[in-house]
Amino acid sequence: MTHRGPEAPELTSASSAGRMGDGAAGGTGSPPAVPGAPGRGHVSGGSGGTPGRAFARRNAGFVVLAVVVLCLPLFVSDIYYLSILAFMATRFIVVIGLNLLMAQAGQISLGHAAFVGLGAYGSAILVTKAGFNPWVAMVVAAALSAAVAVVIGIPTLRLKGHYLAMATLGFGEIVLILMIQLKGLTNGTDGITGVPPLTIGGLDFSEPKAYHFLVWGVALVVFLLAQNLTSSRVGRSLRALRRSEIAAESLGVNTSYRKVQVFALSAVLASIAGSFDAHYIQFVSPDQFSITFSIILVTSVVVGGFRSVWGALWGTMVVVILPEVVKRFNEDAVNLVFGLMLILLMIFTPIRFGWLDGLRKRLRRGGGAPSTPPDGGRKRGG
Amino acid sequence: MSFEQFIQYIFSGITSGSIYALTALGFTLIYNATGLINLAQGEFVMLGGLMAVAMVALGLPLPVAFLVAVAAVALLAALLQQVAIRPLLPKGVLAQVIATVGASLALRTAAMMIWGREALPLEPFSGDTPLRVAGASLLPQTVWVVGLTLVIVLVLQLFYRRTLTGKAVRACSINPQAARLMGVSYSRVVLLSFIVSGVISAAGGVMITPISFMSYSSGALIGLKGFAAAALGGLGNPMGAVIGGFALGILEGLSVGVISSGYKDAVAFIILLLVLFVRPQGLFGARVVEKE
Repeated sequence: MTHRGPEAPELTSASSAGRMGDGAAGGTGSPPAVPGAPGRGHVSGGSGGTPGRAFARRNAGFVVLAVVVLCLPLFVSDIYYLSILAFMATRFIVVIGLNLLMAQAGQISLGHAAFVGLGAYGSAILVTKAGFNPWVAMVVAAALSAAVAVVIGIPTLRLKGHYLAMATLGFGEIVLILMIQLKGLTNGTDGITGVPPLTIGGLDFSEPKAYHFLVWGVALVVFLLAQNLTSSRVGRSLRALRRSEIAAESLGVNTSYRKVQVFALSAVLASIAGSFDAHYIQFVSPDQFSITFSIILVTSVVVGGFRSVWGALWGTMVVVILPEVVKRFNEDAVNLVFGLMLILLMIFTPIRFGWLDGLRKRLRRGGGAPSTPPDGGRKRGG
Repeated sequence: MSFEQFIQYIFSGITSGSIYALTALGFTLIYNATGLINLAQGEFVMLGGLMAVAMVALGLPLPVAFLVAVAAVALLAALLQQVAIRPLLPKGVLAQVIATVGASLALRTAAMMIWGREALPLEPFSGDTPLRVAGASLLPQTVWVVGLTLVIVLVLQLFYRRTLTGKAVRACSINPQAARLMGVSYSRVVLLSFIVSGVISAAGGVMITPISFMSYSSGALIGLKGFAAAALGGLGNPMGAVIGGFALGILEGLSVGVISSGYKDAVAFIILLLVLFVRPQGLFGARVVEKE
């Protein structure tokens, strides 16, 4: 895709050097490209930021997030709110994967509910019918999801255009059909009950607070890994790819391979989140994994914007909390609101930056709307 | 499977194939004009059907209800293009795809709020006494569906081959810039493509409702299958879309006999994935699909 930042890199503290953040796989001489905490300076792949400060900022943001999230159970004891929070954590994991796919590969998947479903059903079936250890089942299901993603990704991601969207939409439908039809394995529309809660040694994660620490712990680790990925060599090559595929290829980036990798990673994250949900709710059924759910996942990414992984957090929060509010007025209207939000966000914000960044820039500029460079308008699929 | 059953499956395949053909054609028109895959295409079909149901419920005679429903969807398609797609032209195709995803979710939910969750029926265009053909029973509505589909395809063919406007549209799909230099208004061509796309999809929706009923959620599957048909025929090739639609319908019909009705809906997607894997340009791909 050719979407890119609306303007020249806006460096609040400029000077460049090249030490990567913790664990990043990048070499020296390459500027870190991960924006710091939300609301902070922009660092773009073009030139560099001050590595020390960027490092501190990123970690400051992360530490604040971790502290807030892990302290929440001290203040929230209501089971209902705790389960919404836990649900938010697994949703966050899925949305991080989709965020990476959209931001890094410029592609959209409309079948991510199916990957969540593969994880959930994989865990439920392997544990209740084949007697697997839940943790092993989770890994097996994730591996299966990755394999499926590779099979779908290889033919579709080498084509220009949005074939992945359609292929994943079709895949989502097939998975739903299988969930309903393979009655011997899935119990059809009744779903599978009695999925046991996760345990480690004597620790039982059916207890809401224990589970809170478990899922949010996993979500935070995934978040860190995703941030490192975007600032690593892989992330840079993917960004290069989005700006100019030809240029990226001529520099030795195998573009379709990279896209398939990101797609498979997003499928794995979705699958793991599905496994966690299945063990927590202790029940899976086909209607949890509809196409509508896939679209809601995409909405989460779009609402948060996909300039950075932080967008996944804001998007998840909005999309999980908003229905709780809208529900009070009209139960059915939730999806109408999401649909309209998708359209309006596309119209009124620069696509990759999301409305938060757009708003911030507008405020900073005193009303100047951020503009998107014309990129020739349309790109043809074939 | 006996011969009579075989004929029966073919009949039902041709019927749904007609709808896939019209939907695939709808995809193709918009794709050729803009390079965009309109994910709200199935919602046009669904709204066509439900609008006709609503108009008949208001007491309008069926032919009038048909026309009003089609006109309403055409208007909606025009509105969608003007409000949600046109401003996104400079933002690229991903933004437009996301906007059509939003439109499909919004339209589907709005339809649920208006018409409820039940699948609604529409009276057949001319009775429901089945005709006997080769030992199989043929619903008069099937004749209507297939006949009207062929008429629509022929009219479109004439329009695109014989009229100046039609030729301008084709010119744009071949080379938008050259067409613009020749004085063709690109934005009008795009608008027209959305309208025509809405018209034919909605017509398909009205025609199929007496046979398979219509609910707010029917559009998603029809849209997907229409896309599978378009991909099978070669995305961007109108005749390919029509042939792909009928081929898909017949394969699906036969799968009910050979496998089971439960897996009927999976056929389209397996074909879609196979096409993307083996032959991304489809059976009659006029265009070369760009590889990255």
